[in-house]
Amino acid sequence: MTISNGKALVELSGVAQRYGRGEKRFTAIENINLTIREGEFVALLGPSGCGKSTLLRIITGLNLPSEGTVRYRSVPLSGVNPYATIVFQSFALFPWLTVEANVEVAMRARGIPAEQANARAVQLIDMVGLDGFEQAYPRELSGGMRQKVGIARALAVDPELLCLDEPFSALDVLSAETLRGEVLELWTSGQLQIRAVLMVSHNIEEAIFMADRIVVMDKGPGRIIAEVPVTLPHPRDRKSDAFVALTDRVYALLMGQTQPEHVEFGTEPGQAGRTRALPRAAVTELAGLLEHVNSTPVERDDIYQLREDLGLDFNDLQALIEAAELLGFARVETGDFIISPLGETFADASILARKEIFASRLRRLPFFRWMLRMLEASGERALRRDVLLTALERDFPPDEAERQLDIASEWGRYAELFGYDDSQSRFFLEERDGQ
Amino acid sequence: MAPVSRRIFTPTPPDRPRFTGADAIIVLIILCLLAAGIWLAETAPVEVRGPEISLEVAALPFYVLLSVGRMAAAYLLSLTFALIYGYIAAYNPRAERVLMPLLDVLQSVPILSFLPVVLLSLTAVLPEGIAVEIASIVLIFTSQVWNMTFGWYQSLSTAPKELREASGIFRFTRWRRLKTLELPFGALSLIWNSMMSWAGGWFFLMAAEIFTLGARDFRLPGLGAYLQTAANAEDFVAISWGIAALVVVIVILDQLLWRPLLAWADRFKLEMVESDAPPESWFYDLLQRASLRPWIARALEPAGHAVEAIMERLMPLPRGLDVAENRRSATEWVFYLGALVAVPAGVFFGGRLLLQLPLEQWLDIALAVGATLLRVVAAMAIALLWTVPVGVYIGTQPRAAAVLQPIVQVVASIPATALFPVLVLGLLYLPGGLNLAAVLLMLLGTQWYLLFNVIAGAAAIPLDLRYTSDLLQLRGWPRWRMLILPALFPYLITGMITASGGAWNASIVAEYIVFGGQAYQTLGIGAQITAATAVGDYPRLLAATLAMIVTVVAINRLVWRRLYRLAETIYRME
Repeated sequence: MTISNGKALVELSGVAQRYGRGEKRFTAIENINLTIREGEFVALLGPSGCGKSTLLRIITGLNLPSEGTVRYRSVPLSGVNPYATIVFQSFALFPWLTVEANVEVAMRARGIPAEQANARAVQLIDMVGLDGFEQAYPRELSGGMRQKVGIARALAVDPELLCLDEPFSALDVLSAETLRGEVLELWTSGQLQIRAVLMVSHNIEEAIFMADRIVVMDKGPGRIIAEVPVTLPHPRDRKSDAFVALTDRVYALLMGQTQPEHVEFGTEPGQAGRTRALPRAAVTELAGLLEHVNSTPVERDDIYQLREDLGLDFNDLQALIEAAELLGFARVETGDFIISPLGETFADASILARKEIFASRLRRLPFFRWMLRMLEASGERALRRDVLLTALERDFPPDEAERQLDIASEWGRYAELFGYDDSQSRFFLEERDGQ
Repeated sequence: MAPVSRRIFTPTPPDRPRFTGADAIIVLIILCLLAAGIWLAETAPVEVRGPEISLEVAALPFYVLLSVGRMAAAYLLSLTFALIYGYIAAYNPRAERVLMPLLDVLQSVPILSFLPVVLLSLTAVLPEGIAVEIASIVLIFTSQVWNMTFGWYQSLSTAPKELREASGIFRFTRWRRLKTLELPFGALSLIWNSMMSWAGGWFFLMAAEIFTLGARDFRLPGLGAYLQTAANAEDFVAISWGIAALVVVIVILDQLLWRPLLAWADRFKLEMVESDAPPESWFYDLLQRASLRPWIARALEPAGHAVEAIMERLMPLPRGLDVAENRRSATEWVFYLGALVAVPAGVFFGGRLLLQLPLEQWLDIALAVGATLLRVVAAMAIALLWTVPVGVYIGTQPRAAAVLQPIVQVVASIPATALFPVLVLGLLYLPGGLNLAAVLLMLLGTQWYLLFNVIAGAAAIPLDLRYTSDLLQLRGWPRWRMLILPALFPYLITGMITASGGAWNASIVAEYIVFGGQAYQTLGIGAQITAATAVGDYPRLLAATLAMIVTVVAINRLVWRRLYRLAETIYRME
């Protein structure tokens, strides 16, 4: 099954999801237009926080979008879509029910009589290869086996639209790989009634390996930035040139192009315009990345390769790269990571010198300029954490504001721009000589 | 054991540390209820004679049965109430805004001071025998219901999101969601809270079976009445028999009901790992092996189907997952309308009663609150002094825990009120005897909450931290200061919140007692309430009760909530 010209199954137009109101209003996703056709395997790909799971919940009717419409077979959706089902990242099995009962309960809820449900459950459990484990409890199974139960349960309701919410990311590498193959086989064999598959993923290879079309999303606010068709025949060879080229292309899309500084940095919190969110990167890991890149003989490091070398989760790596770009330590071009002279200096420097470089870079960021000014303006040159948090909540939803402040706190304390008193929950400016 | 106890003993989420408008409204509503009860009470018969209580040992089994029956009735009432109230609060955000603060205040209300009001207003409308029976059940109910409701509400609001979403995507009806997700998820909390509630129920049963209000002498045949009568007659043989019977009942319930339930409910824990020491019960194992089981299950099947059919209809498919049901329902309008009529009437009547009270009496009440506060602080200090070392010992020595934990649990469920008459007998003639006895009763009633929490806290200290402290050679005071006390802090706070609430409540039975036909009292708000009840001084009863409610709620908000928040943010071990 390649590019599909089937009938439209799901149509989203102008979908947005916003939380909160007034100044605390936050947009999770915006202006989403997407069609999923019969016979298609679509992957939603993007960094964490881009709203891909939110989108999945909107498509299945678990969440109502604040704007826009969702149609299923041309009928506007109101409430949970009865033709859709989800395989959850965390399996979502009822721990107190046996494997069999977990599968049955989905059918019983749809009014299928007990005997019939039982027979079908046994058959499905057999199909996913869990024969003999019918009476086991989920906690007795390995992660991969649990997800098989999740898949059997999802198939039990004969869905037309099968949604996979990062189904393999909680599994170990080997189980994930096996299960990917098995899901693909279920899908391509065409035995099932499933008309389309929608998979949320943050794993680029996984998406290219499985999907017919990749919908690439970006965050701040969550939106679709590209759609990439994948026309390689199954089974796909990850080492093939075409596969690798496609991987590079998607990496490049996700890493974005370097934009002019004022766009890149965003505005200060509280001011008009978008405030650039600080990437969730730990300083020690950033230093580790730069040291590693600095030690490789090549000038341009393939990001795909970097991920393999460092064994990092894609999300974490992306945050690190974003931080490196933001601080001027590196730039990204067509899937390659290029360390800057400043980044090299940083990697070679002693701890104290590193702190100085870091501090000088932070002072250029609107976020830190704002924080320092707030601290200086207060009489005691100190501010309670919740004051800053409240201010940040104008630009970020509460969870994110909290996270942003945590990141800022870690970076700022590393650079010794300010200190933080945990017992009083307040930030303060360090006293300097001559002040 | 540790994570479970943690979730169960956790009080309301401390999101509002200050008094709010809602609190004021709730205190007003309680004032109205009290006032209405008092108004009814004034029409009650003037003289009542209760049945004679026999001190024969042969009468004991019968009394025990009656008392257990009362407890069971009150418990079933509590369970039903908790399930419905918690469910509504968790799923209807509009109702939640009223129901949760209401619950929070209700649990700070001195239950015993409601008894005369409940009793008298019931005797005004019902035959006396039934009225007394219902009053005692209501009293026990009010001592059992709050923690169960909180526990259930918390289970409902903390049920894992993905399981909730799975229930949504597989189109579970509310009923199916309840029995597949919510009840199993809340089962452990419900069982632990039920056990606590039974212990609390015993405490009040002892006081609920005998009540003298001036010339009205209400009594119910039962274990509590037996013990009281025996103490009054200074009949030590009868007292011993009574206490022995009580202990036997508690042990039987523990072995035949709670242990099997816990063993059965082990399957409902959420952890995806097998525990190495699952709760065990010989009785549960016996039941498991019984060949009658499938036979009984088959016999009950038709009834089960009928219940299913009814419940599926009562609790249909929810409209949406995140669509808050925000419409004003008819019930809500009835509520508002009722409040519109009742609140002014209650405020008028209650206010008139309160205005009758001279200024000196208000000063007396203020002084009494202070005296009881000192007593509560003393009881808590003593409890801390012994429970911390003992709890840490039990919590960190698995072998000691295996032996001591079951014993401690049984001892803890023996109600302090049953022992109180004996205590009073011993202490009454010492200087300051009643004062001492009052502190002792508070201590007996509340130290267990602390002990259980300390045990849970000590058991939850991560092993690697203990090893590290060993390697650093932290011993003696530094070890306590660096490791044990900070780790215990959140548990101590949760324990102390429950314990101080219990201590205030206990003051009502502790500070004023009638013994051998004579009343003894000491200065305190509990004594004010009981004395006012005894002579039928309703203005003073109302004022004293309100004073106690306001004090307890204020202490909760101003002291405990803050400490709790501190504990949650800084001293958490996660």
